Amino acid sequence: MDYATILQLLDTTIRLATPLMFACIAGLYSERSGVFDIGLEGKMLVAAMCSGAVAFYTGSVWAGLGAGILGSMAFALIHGLTSITFRGNQLIAGVALNFLASGLTVLVAQALFRQGGRTPPLTGDARFNPITLPGAEAMKDVPLIGPLYYEVISGHSVLVYAAFGVVALTWWVMYRTRFGLRLRAVGENPAAVDTAGVSVTGLRFSAVMITGILCGLAGAYMATALQAGFGKEMTAGRGYIALAALIFAKWRPVAAMWACLLFGFFQALALRSDVVGSIVPFRIPGSFLEALPYVLTVFVLAGFVGKAIPPRAGGEPYVKER
Amino acid sequence: MDRLPRWADLALVPLISLLLAAIISALVILAIGQDPWEAITVMVQGSLMSAYGWGYTLYYTTSFIFTGLCVTIAFHAGLFNIGGEGQAQLGGLGVALACLFIPWPHWSLALIGASLAAAAFGAAWIAIPAWLQARRGSHIVITTIMFNYIASSLMIFMLVDVLRPPGQQDPSTANFPAVTHIPSLDELPLFNLIFTKPVPANISLLIALAVAAGVWVLLWHTRLGYQIRAFGKSEAGARYAGISATKITMIALMLSGALAGMMAINNVMGEAERLVGNSASGAGFIGIAVALMGRNHPIGVVLAALLFGFLFQGGAELGMWTKIPIEMRIVVQGLVILFTGALDMMVRMMLTRIFALFRNPRPVGAA
Repeated sequence: MDYATILQLLDTTIRLATPLMFACIAGLYSERSGVFDIGLEGKMLVAAMCSGAVAFYTGSVWAGLGAGILGSMAFALIHGLTSITFRGNQLIAGVALNFLASGLTVLVAQALFRQGGRTPPLTGDARFNPITLPGAEAMKDVPLIGPLYYEVISGHSVLVYAAFGVVALTWWVMYRTRFGLRLRAVGENPAAVDTAGVSVTGLRFSAVMITGILCGLAGAYMATALQAGFGKEMTAGRGYIALAALIFAKWRPVAAMWACLLFGFFQALALRSDVVGSIVPFRIPGSFLEALPYVLTVFVLAGFVGKAIPPRAGGEPYVKER
Repeated sequence: MDRLPRWADLALVPLISLLLAAIISALVILAIGQDPWEAITVMVQGSLMSAYGWGYTLYYTTSFIFTGLCVTIAFHAGLFNIGGEGQAQLGGLGVALACLFIPWPHWSLALIGASLAAAAFGAAWIAIPAWLQARRGSHIVITTIMFNYIASSLMIFMLVDVLRPPGQQDPSTANFPAVTHIPSLDELPLFNLIFTKPVPANISLLIALAVAAGVWVLLWHTRLGYQIRAFGKSEAGARYAGISATKITMIALMLSGALAGMMAINNVMGEAERLVGNSASGAGFIGIAVALMGRNHPIGVVLAALLFGFLFQGGAELGMWTKIPIEMRIVVQGLVILFTGALDMMVRMMLTRIFALFRNPRPVGAA
């Protein structure tokens, strides 16, 4: 395997890890506040459809992004109402929203465009196009670092860089702000937060809505940057991989980034079976590589690689004592 | 909060949830510019108004009874098995291996053998998540989701690289030998008076009903069933009563997995007569809706499975005869899960208020 191939693999890794990072950090806010969310997949799908459709109508990718975020937030609101206001089962609510999203996106896309549940292909300003970082062209010929900078680091859409920004921002919010401290507290011991005079409902709703925004970014990236338009079931389980990454990272932002990059790398490898074949003497089917993130997560859950302890109050609706 | 009368709790709450889901579905159909009345007519016409339609409705019902019971038995132990889909796919693998590699003398023996294989494979697929739940405290929901994805990768590998006959293009096994053909309803005496044309519904329907009765006996009339329900109501209480948490978790979940696996005798052995990719086609997930709608009782599960059989067959008819895409049935499925499973409390709050109005009429003149 030569240097160019490695760079190509890393480039694909970053592209594929971006939606995982958005969705994983999205899940982090919700779960850290004590609301389990297995509906990341559904919210991404809704966002992908909304952004694909609006970007096509307006020709502006930013309008598409806004629509994607709004669509995802609408679903987040339902999740919040069900699991916080009506104290319903959070896991079942997540399952229900995933099905709703899976069906509704196809229904709406079909009603709008009549192309078998797809949105029409996006071109030009209706997509996030790659941006070349300053100096990339000039550095291209510098040995070793030049191609790395040019191929892997430069030349992505703005959302890719935003994803890394979101990771840093989330670390800061979680560990350096009052909101973050309270958010982590409400996921561990809501009664204590309530006693301190802070609204548990308010905190959890804001966390769930942030989850909505970030899933919106993940979905919009899928439809307007990674691919050109929405397609039926296009998220293909990424919401669950993100969930796996979140557990793998033990609900910590920076570790979540590394987990998403690792799982993105597996996805990139699964696409390049020729590369895998050239390294190992025996043939590894692509389906094994696709299953790797899930297998690794089971190992982590089993406590063989350190123990993954979820936020203590996760999944429990909070009932104020009267 | 006031308690609802038992009849309201058992019948009214699910019916109102269903009504809410139906209203929103109608609004969705209106919103995409179609006619809800036409939709329901087409669905009833295509699934309930002919023996042929019933043949399909009952075929889906059979699968959903198995997966609904799968979710039910785990729910009674306080566990949420979301992995029915993967377990049903593995059950299909069990059926395929049993049918392809064992020379059966007669279909009845093949059916017994294949059922056992399906149950064993389904149970084996949940064994690791069950053990992790029981001994290492890993959340069963997350592990079974992971195992669904691992199952689909495994099945792709098995079908593409192992079981596909040489020279065949599509990823599936060879056709099962003719001796393993189990009778469909049009080939069974008495039933063939109603079903005159070939239908996919088959003898597994009767097995599904028998299994539902068996689950009822198990849960409410055996020591093990009592232990499962006690464990589900209060883990601490059950431990105090000397019930082993590990044992009950393992048994309840493996029974659950076995039930999901047994679905394969309907779709793989009874209908396709070979194993194809994505054989469970979502029935494992529909089990969640069926169990919730059926209030986790075998009778409720059978009725809810029938309802979803109608929705599934009716949904297919929608896709064929109207401009409403077949995905409408996934929307309805999501709405039913949302209202019966997650917004249960909302419906209950509403009803409690209405009942309170009737129960204590405010005395006239009292302020």
